[in-house]
Parts: sequence; C-alpha cells; structure tokens
Amino acid sequence: MSSDDRIKAQLMTARDLGRTLDRMAQQILERIDPDAPAPADTFALVGMQTRGVHLARRLQTRIRAQTDIELPLGLLDVTMYRDDVRLRLEQPEIQTTRIPFDVTDRHLVLVDDVVFTGRTGRAALDALMDLGRPASVQFITIIDRQHREVPIATDIVGREVPTLPDEEIRVCVEEVDEEDGVWLVKAPLPRSVEDDAR
Amino acid sequence: MAESRSSAAPDRKAELRHEHLLDLSTYAADELRHLLDTAQEFRAVLDRPIRQVPTLQGTSVASLFFEPSTRTKLSFSLAAGRLSAETVSLSKSGSSVTKGETLKDTARNVEAMKVDVVILRHSSPGAPHFLARCTDSVIINAGDGAHAHPTQALLDLLTMRAHVDTFEDLQVSIIGDITHSRVARSNVQALTTLGADVTLCGPATMLPVEMEAAMDARTTTRLDAALEGCDIAMALRIQMERQDEGLFPSTREYHQQYGITPDHLRRHPDLLIMHPGPVNRGIELADEVVDHDRAIILSQVTNGVALRMAVLYLMAPQRDDG
Repeated sequence: MSSDDRIKAQLMTARDLGRTLDRMAQQILERIDPDAPAPADTFALVGMQTRGVHLARRLQTRIRAQTDIELPLGLLDVTMYRDDVRLRLEQPEIQTTRIPFDVTDRHLVLVDDVVFTGRTGRAALDALMDLGRPASVQFITIIDRQHREVPIATDIVGREVPTLPDEEIRVCVEEVDEEDGVWLVKAPLPRSVEDDAR
Repeated sequence: MAESRSSAAPDRKAELRHEHLLDLSTYAADELRHLLDTAQEFRAVLDRPIRQVPTLQGTSVASLFFEPSTRTKLSFSLAAGRLSAETVSLSKSGSSVTKGETLKDTARNVEAMKVDVVILRHSSPGAPHFLARCTDSVIINAGDGAHAHPTQALLDLLTMRAHVDTFEDLQVSIIGDITHSRVARSNVQALTTLGADVTLCGPATMLPVEMEAAMDARTTTRLDAALEGCDIAMALRIQMERQDEGLFPSTREYHQQYGITPDHLRRHPDLLIMHPGPVNRGIELADEVVDHDRAIILSQVTNGVALRMAVLYLMAPQRDDG
C-alpha cells in the first residue's frame, strides 16, 4: 500500500488505527449495562466482510482483555442484499455469512471499515432483519467519508474525513493487506460502480 | 476492477468464464470450485427461518421443460424463488409445442418477452447448445437426452464435498445404465476435471466401451471390482420403460448382480451411497441401503436447490443500464 502512486495522504498509521480501536472498544463497553447479568448473552459483534470482520475480531480481543467479557462474533456478507448486484460488470463473489447466535432480542454492534453512501449499511440492516429481530443495531466504522445517499447514521466513528467523490479511502488490515493503516487515494479511472465503501 | 479492491490481493479473483451452462466438458477446475463455493454460501440461506434473499429481484427466468421432470423443475423454481427472481414455466403439454411450434420459435418468443435466463429440459442431445446459438438469453441445461445434466452433477459434487476433504484421487464408482445416463456423463466430466478417479459399472448392454477412452474413466461389468477401494458409489436409476429393449433379463437379476445390499455396506465400512433419484427400492439399492446412514441421497436434494441458486446467481446477465 505505502508504495501505491495513487496515494494522496496517509490518514492513520498502524499505531493510530490501534488507538482508534482501543477507544472504540471503550465506547462499546460504555453501552453495555454494567448490571446486566451476562453481556455475552445480550450483546454481539457483527463484522462485515471482509475488513469489518477483522476489525470486529480485534474489538472482541480488546474487550476480552479489559473485562473478561467474551462477546460473540458473527460474520456478515451483504452481497445478496446489495441494490447494485445486477449493475456491476461481473457478479461479486459471495463470502461467508456466519452468525453463530440468535439475533432476536440481542443488541448488535455492526462493524465496517468505511461508511460512504450508506447503501452497504442499508443492505446489512436488511440482512440482519431476515435473521431475526435484534433488540438494537449500532453501526460503527473506522472512517466516515460522508456523501450519504440513504439515511444511514453511525453510532461510533473512528474519524470523520470530508472527501471528494472521486477519492477512495483504504482501510488496510494486516490480516488481508499485510499492514495496518488508513490512506486517502485517487479513485482508479474509469470510474465504475464500485463498493460504496471505497 | 479487481485491482481497485486492495493493493495486496495475492489470489486471483474467482470467476465464471462461461456465459451458458450447457455441459461441464469445458469448465475448468477453478470454475467448478467457484460454483461449489458459491452454492455452499447459498446452502446457509436455506437453513434460516427466512429462506429468501432479494438478490435477483427484477430478473426473469423461464423454465422450458419438454420432458417430464418433477424434482429438477421444482428445484429450479424454488431456487429462483429464493433469490426473488420472477419465474414463468412452460411444459410440453398445454403449450403451442403440441401445435407443432419448433424449439427455436418457442424460445424466440419467450425471449421476445424479455426473459433473462432460460432453463431447458429436452429429449434431444444438443438442444440447449442450439438455443444458445439462436437466442440471446442465458441458457441453462436441465438435461438434454443422454448427453448432459450439469446441475445434477454439480449438486452431486456439492454433496460429496461435505463428506470428503478433496476430490484429488477420490474413488467414485457410477453403477447402472451408463449408456442412457446424462447424469453419468456430466459427473465423469466434472469429477475427472477435479482429479477424482471414476469407474463406470454396469451390464455390458448398458456400458459403452468408448467411454473409457473418451471420458477418462475405467469401466467394469463386475460390481465387486467397482466397489473395491471405492469411496463413493453412485447408483443410477434403472429406467423401467427400457426393460422392453432387452438390456437386462429382469429387475430381479439386475438387483442380484448390480444392486447394492447391506452386505456390501458391511464389507466396505467407509463406502458412501448416492443416487440421483427417484430410487427403485430393491433394484438399484436394497431397502435397508436406501435408509442407511451412509446413504446421502436426501442431502443431494437439499443441495440441489442451493446449487441451482448459485448457478442462477453467477449466470444471470447484468442489466444494461449499469
């Protein structure tokens, strides 16, 4: 990533990303009722494929390290629910959805790397509602780059970054991209219908 | 497009390079795996309380069944419904086919009604290939004569994959009327592409000798030889209507020589049994074998819906307005 010539700016180093996740873990804990008997039975993290899954896993580790609470972790792929699935040049690959708990009556924390048009968040809500009736859904992302096209709000955000529509945000995680960090890059040309997160 | 994902994407993106699903002879191993992987994800949808996703909203699918079929037709229409596609279906009776309309004209007319995908079952080998040449719709072969039945073979593979780690060197024996079996042909093509070893077994009257050279499969007329060292035995349905052709003396004699019995299960303790259905109990498989834990026939049926969802998802054409 660091060698990509389309980079405009580095927004977060690996250390910044780590600190952001520390703070987000803290913010999630603040929302868990301290008197609740078993938070692991009433809360859960849901990571959105692909990078949201790794970010959610890191939040799970941080929460466990601080409190001994082992929040269940689900993986969500929203491809089947996207509104642009038939508009793309080729069919997007469907990744695993694995929600190993009953979502009904549970407070869910939905984790993604970037929120942009909000269409992915919309798809995620539809996907979750088809699995049951959650008590609540909170949406957390590392970067909010604005330009919403549907009314999707975030509850916890690492950093708000005003961007131009022809820019992209890259949140890189070691597990997929070999290094941690967040970059602002020029969008590739020609501009196609792409992940709304990017 | 792929490069806009991330800077470090070491493995090539899985993709399907075929526009139609006519037969599996030209499908490469990575395409077969991609189909099976996608089907696996759709399989999970079928286990949920709400078994429908909005993925193919606005896509229309036409089923043209010029030959009787219950399960395949039902399975395709369930698959399309689970993906929220719109479906129309046409069978031989009660259509203008009985009035003498040609296949080409029927398909052209269906296409003129703006159908995106045509699922075709026909008694003539090559009918789907012909349609693919003369219409612009995506064609999915749901069985053409004795030639190919690609979605059946793919669902068989999906079922096998739940029980074995790899197709590499997997020993599969297909037993029955090989000559008239499109299921056997499609299975041999897909299995050998993925590295499995296939043995075809049946009475000499039902076992074309050319298969060995043409299809890269071993042939034998002895059931014992076919089951020796075999991981999965797939029994094919004996078509009762063929009994008049004198291919085998009697169903009782067929069962004695080629029927799989509890004794075979005892002698081969790891052997799994498959059957594309509908089973003639007491002929291809003994009663106890059909109901045995190692018979994985019903999971073949469930996997059929998931597999056909994957096929429709990966093959449905993209809309022009994108």
